[in-house]
Amino acid sequence: MDQGRPGGEGVNSAFNWLFDPDHWSGPTGFPARILEHLGYTGLSVLIAALIAVPVGAVIGHTGRGTFLVAGLSNGLRALPELGLLTLLVLLTYVGLLPVVVSLVVLALPPVLAGTYAGVRNVDRSVVDAARGMGMRGPSVLWRVELPNALPLIVGGIRSATLQVIATATIAAYVSLGGLGRFVIDGNNAGPGSPDGYPQMAAGAVAVAALALTVEGVLALAQRLVVSPGLRATNLVGKNT
Amino acid sequence: MIEFQAVTKRYPDGTVAVDSLDLTVEDGRITVFVGPSGCGKTTSLRMINRMIDPTSGTILLNGKDIRESDPPLLRRGIGYVIQHAGLFPHRTVLDNVATVPLLSGVDKRTARSRAAELMELVGLPSTMAKRYPAQLSGGQQQRVGVARALAADPPVLLMDEPFSAVDPIVRDDLQQQLLRLQSELDKTIVFVTHDIDEAIKLGDRVAVFRVGGRLAQYDSPSALLAKPADDFVSSFVGRDRGYRALGFLTATGIPVGEVATVRAGDAPERAREALVDGWAVVVDEQNRPLGWVSADLLSTMDKSVDTEALVSGGSLFEVDSSAGGTAGSLRNALDAALSSPAAVGIAVDGTGAVVGGVTADTVLSALADARSSGEVPG
Amino acid sequence: MNIDWPWPWLERNLDDIAEATGQHLYLALLPVLVGLVISVPLGWAASRWRLARGILVPLAGVLYTIPSLALITLVPLALGTKIIDPLNVQVPLAIYTIALLVRSVSDALRAVPGDVIAAATAIGYRPVRQFLSVELPLAVPVIIAGLRVAVVSAMSLTAVGALVGIGGLGQLITEGFLRNNGVELVVAIVLIVVIALLIDALLLLAGRVITPWTRAGRGVKA
Repeated sequence: MDQGRPGGEGVNSAFNWLFDPDHWSGPTGFPARILEHLGYTGLSVLIAALIAVPVGAVIGHTGRGTFLVAGLSNGLRALPELGLLTLLVLLTYVGLLPVVVSLVVLALPPVLAGTYAGVRNVDRSVVDAARGMGMRGPSVLWRVELPNALPLIVGGIRSATLQVIATATIAAYVSLGGLGRFVIDGNNAGPGSPDGYPQMAAGAVAVAALALTVEGVLALAQRLVVSPGLRATNLVGKNT
Repeated sequence: MIEFQAVTKRYPDGTVAVDSLDLTVEDGRITVFVGPSGCGKTTSLRMINRMIDPTSGTILLNGKDIRESDPPLLRRGIGYVIQHAGLFPHRTVLDNVATVPLLSGVDKRTARSRAAELMELVGLPSTMAKRYPAQLSGGQQQRVGVARALAADPPVLLMDEPFSAVDPIVRDDLQQQLLRLQSELDKTIVFVTHDIDEAIKLGDRVAVFRVGGRLAQYDSPSALLAKPADDFVSSFVGRDRGYRALGFLTATGIPVGEVATVRAGDAPERAREALVDGWAVVVDEQNRPLGWVSADLLSTMDKSVDTEALVSGGSLFEVDSSAGGTAGSLRNALDAALSSPAAVGIAVDGTGAVVGGVTADTVLSALADARSSGEVPG
Repeated sequence: MNIDWPWPWLERNLDDIAEATGQHLYLALLPVLVGLVISVPLGWAASRWRLARGILVPLAGVLYTIPSLALITLVPLALGTKIIDPLNVQVPLAIYTIALLVRSVSDALRAVPGDVIAAATAIGYRPVRQFLSVELPLAVPVIIAGLRVAVVSAMSLTAVGALVGIGGLGQLITEGFLRNNGVELVVAIVLIVVIALLIDALLLLAGRVITPWTRAGRGVKA
């Protein structure tokens, strides 16, 4: 086989690698890697949401700090995650913390933008009506604006999750686990090795499958909280 | 001349939009297609420039079957104006108007100077040439739409509810302008509207369509009002049709009686002597009417007739006179009488000066005369 | 981490940095351009036929969801390219651009008001000319907005290629990481961000220049 050129045979060997029972058990098998991957993702998105939802809600409610939302999402889209991740690791140490921090940084803008837009876009007459009934600012936000903003907030969390899943793949480069492990290890094994390109391709297929599955689940979840009349289209950038 | 010969449009789902239409549109006239929504009037219009092709039947334009023409070339020779104007938002007003000449291969300079002429013709100041449609009001956009349709000097103009999206005052203005343009240009105009008043005002001939795409009546406006073909037409033409029909009878020669006038600033005691049946018209230096004053009102004025406190007058009725005015219709005369607080309509000449008064009785007897002389089909 | 005064390193490596930057631009921008050219006819088809839209829009969503490292890795399998072929990065970037723009183009074309289209047809435009001189120009603002997102994303995504040995500024990132050279790392990040934002600004400006009518609406209403 031509070493640098995986052809039709490559497809077979990749699938053989993917479905080899040896690769589906133990701490380096697919189940463990998938759990790691989901673990990084869940933790990062949770932290990002805990920060970005309140901040976005306050910005949307008061209308102060709007520039932050636009500026952040624009600037961060240009930031190469690989660079951010490696830089943070160099600045601190090899471990979970720098990885989670960079994933949180990545997840903040979509959640912030979604929450901000959601609160901001609530029909002004609804807000006026709430005030007219005698609600104070916090109660308007809590009882009227946030419930109405829910679809866009969930939409923001959804795109943040997908970006984090994609970027978590890179975490393997700085010696962490997750599904990126297979791609990086395969690349390091060299193209001629049986654990080389077949492993890379198997990992890639697994990552793609995971991303699509999570996207499907989140789309379903969003549909549950979004009335068909409110379905949002958002232009978030492609990140990793 | 545009001839519809047994034209039918049936959609795949079975809906019949136009049902064997036979109709001839005369050259140099305004022909109005009017009817409720779903009556096929717009479909019929759009078949003329092949925006829609008929299922069966033939449409002849100057004796030639339009199916033999290449649609884009056919359309470049037919002006088309639609509701909301359909202007190109990304082109300036001038370039919008120049579109058709440019398409037909005229060079840019010629096309633009032609466009500038047309802007003037439809009453748009040249300062608007460089603006974009979004910077114009609805009425101005509609004028641009008309100018664009006229740019290639097409003999035929199709207008699809062009004035229905603007407010009533602007609409009236645009209608007047269309009539003025038509008196200069003599185009063959097919005009679609759902508004029977607009149809009667603009049309030389009016085609009333009923739901299902059938032609109910095709006649002159006055005949339509006087002799509706059936219940549908008479209900569509409306309850006030007898009154509106008066609009087609000129009031030339109607006897104009005396009307009491006092001049603004006259002493109340002098004015009181002039009252007839307790009312008088207050006029200015040029004898133009300012309003009505009554005996009751005069008793509240101590020094002179106060123009601020007058009862506003009704509509004015313009009689034909040497001053170059246009004669009003019997409808104008009757409306002037009915809307006046003193039950006397003020007749004015071309300069706006009061020449007399007219009562409802006068108008009605003039109508009776017209009937007996056969001018109005009774 | 090794944080030296950056100038000596910069001076020594200026040529390499310039070369990596040039390569990065080639890797990132060519696919966006190709993607744009392909997405216009696809977007047109999606705006016109319900079936095309029903296929293209969900497909674009699926492709956009696949992480870049996965797509980059799988291209050799699909196209038979060598593992370090620049196409492995460029094809995914073109796919992302198309996935992003097909929907934008289709939505923008569908948003052209019906009476404008009717007027253009009635005036006597032929279909191709009508598309090029009426519908497409009106879609330009939305296309530019999509293009800006695509370009900026492509600039940062290209760096991922370094993980499988494909050059560009990403190479400086991996190299800096392995050599524990913070300066190299920061230089690469800053260059990517600055160039991306610069191109973004240029596109924004170009968009404003070629669509003067979009700013006309808020003017006077006489």
